[in-house]
Amino acid sequence: MRRILRRREIVADDWIHFGEDAADGAALIVPLAELRKDPGRWWQWSGRLGVRLTPVDRVEELANELPRLDLVAVEFPNPVDGRGYSQGRLLRERLGFRGELRAVGAGVRQDQVFLLARCGFDAIELAGGEDADAARAALQRYDVAYQPGSPETVIRRQRFFA
Amino acid sequence: MYQYDQLDQAFVDQRVAEFRDQTRRHLAGELSEDEFRPLRLRNGLYIQRHAPMLRIAIPYGLLASRQLARLADIARRYDRGYGHFTTRQNLQLNWPRLPDVPDILAELATVQMHAIQTSGNCVRNVTADHLAGIARDEIDDPRPYCEIIRQWATLHPEFTYLPRKFKIAVTGSPEDRAASEVHDIGLHLARDAQGDIGFTVLVGGGLGRAPMIGQVIRDFLPLADLLSYLEAILRVYNRHGRRDNLNKARIKVLVKSLGIARFREQVETEWQLARASAARLPAAEVERVRGFFRPQPYEALEDFDASAGREPAFQAWYRYNTRPHRVSGYRAVFVSLKAHGQNPGDMSCEQMEAVAALAERVSFGLIRATHNQNLLLADVRQSELYDVWLELERHQLAMPNIGTLTDMIACPGLDFCSLANAGTLGVAKQIQERFNDLDYLYDLGDIEIKMSGCMNACGHHHVGHIGILGVDKHGEEWYQITLGGSANGFTALGEVIGPSVPKNEVAATIERIVEAYRGLRAEGERFIDTFRRVGLTPFRESAYATHPAAA
Repeated sequence: MRRILRRREIVADDWIHFGEDAADGAALIVPLAELRKDPGRWWQWSGRLGVRLTPVDRVEELANELPRLDLVAVEFPNPVDGRGYSQGRLLRERLGFRGELRAVGAGVRQDQVFLLARCGFDAIELAGGEDADAARAALQRYDVAYQPGSPETVIRRQRFFA
Repeated sequence: MYQYDQLDQAFVDQRVAEFRDQTRRHLAGELSEDEFRPLRLRNGLYIQRHAPMLRIAIPYGLLASRQLARLADIARRYDRGYGHFTTRQNLQLNWPRLPDVPDILAELATVQMHAIQTSGNCVRNVTADHLAGIARDEIDDPRPYCEIIRQWATLHPEFTYLPRKFKIAVTGSPEDRAASEVHDIGLHLARDAQGDIGFTVLVGGGLGRAPMIGQVIRDFLPLADLLSYLEAILRVYNRHGRRDNLNKARIKVLVKSLGIARFREQVETEWQLARASAARLPAAEVERVRGFFRPQPYEALEDFDASAGREPAFQAWYRYNTRPHRVSGYRAVFVSLKAHGQNPGDMSCEQMEAVAALAERVSFGLIRATHNQNLLLADVRQSELYDVWLELERHQLAMPNIGTLTDMIACPGLDFCSLANAGTLGVAKQIQERFNDLDYLYDLGDIEIKMSGCMNACGHHHVGHIGILGVDKHGEEWYQITLGGSANGFTALGEVIGPSVPKNEVAATIERIVEAYRGLRAEGERFIDTFRRVGLTPFRESAYATHPAAA
């Protein structure tokens, strides 16, 4: 069973990715392209539904569908592709998404988790080989911040507010 | 100058702890070089030709004496006893050992310094006019706004992994002394009809491959909207800037491909949507930061000609290496890091200590690094200029060549940098030797030479009156010369004069170019003005007159 970091705790993942073995009724994450290809099938899915975005997907296009989604996964293909940080903030701050916002992909490392959490990611699915305990600790590498951010990290002092 | 509060200090301390852990993991084999690279770059650490290079931030070029003294101490204990000041007002150490870097950063943090975001694809050191706060033509002091932007950009959660590096410069005077038009964002302080402070915003300037001059995206941005507007620009860039080709990833390429009108439309749309959730800049915070940049406690003094009756050497120094000050009785003094025989911008730790002590005595304990790779003592009483000159002279820091041909900009080049094609320092030396006659230099007047060892243009060659670019031809160093570039007031990119020349011909070619200028100039006409009047052709003919073999 895959373990993820959710709200600062290491928990067993209760979601299945498209392409993995999904029993009927499972909580399932499908790529946006797949959802667009066969919307009839996926919107009728028997379990909870999540969608997975690549860095080029425009989050605005999901605006009307977000209320029907329990999870949005944002892919970070490597640690230096920063587009997902903007996607995350837009989903939370502009589109008001309140479900699970999950960072996924080979770029999700312990050295990224603080930034991810500040951008509103409440779930972090670490890249293979990453140490979950170290990543959990890394959420609190900083207890100060200059910018406004999501309360996923505990910030003692902050300079600018939204 | 700005003083850290508990937040700032906690932040740099926590940053050091994080980097210490990252370095440990790298040295233990847990982080590969590829994985470590983006992390170390964001802490100023390059791996260079011979050794790591650590680029230490000097925010908008301002240093306290105790900070410069600490830099000297660090350069002595962790490096080879000198440092190199850059065009972006930072200091580079060329020989630190990787395992020592966390300790160096920890020492910097004890004097409110760091190396954060001095490299990597993120928002870099925010630069400003070196005459900020003392220039007579200033609308407002740019440094408080630089400090606010510095803080806002530091470990910005959304903008730490941009497509490419991102440079911001702020100027407060009509005369642009910060090369702001060749920055990703240039902010020009302005006042609206009510007299309220704001900025004219330029975007999309940059050197490197495909140099471009910034274009106005907004005529007037109210101060209170500064951070939300920057956020809108950065967000459009972060989402839509190219990431498939490193050479096309700067914001200038995005601005060019969309055109400034469409880019503006995207930013303005984003801004309207983002304002609600973007960082606000309350007036109280502006006042807090401005409080650190109040005018010094100047004495009431009369202006007088400190050079009258003094020896010619002092008079020359006074004329070339000092500048007028907003407050009567004071002048600004350049500390020349362009002594002949020395690498432009290099400074030994003994020199750093001497200048730190001198500044403590005569300039309120503050030193500025300039865009032209010199230092500046901003607030010197005119009555002390002679003693200051003697002291600088004693430390080989009084070369009276500021603004002349040998006050040239040069990147470290092939001798240090792993990107370079060519050795800039040897060429600099060649030029210094050929133009060693001060009277000849003074006759030539105001000429800027800017030299880069490769297309990345760290030496800003595109905007030099004379630009020199090192190129590699089948493993040999050749040099391409451009004329007519400028970065102050009337920004222009230089034109390539013709085929590049071999290394041993560079200084001679430049001599033929400036000799052509001497023949062409009208009474009192500067080199750049002559060039603008007559164009490239007569210079090209002279430059190659005795050098037909160049290919």
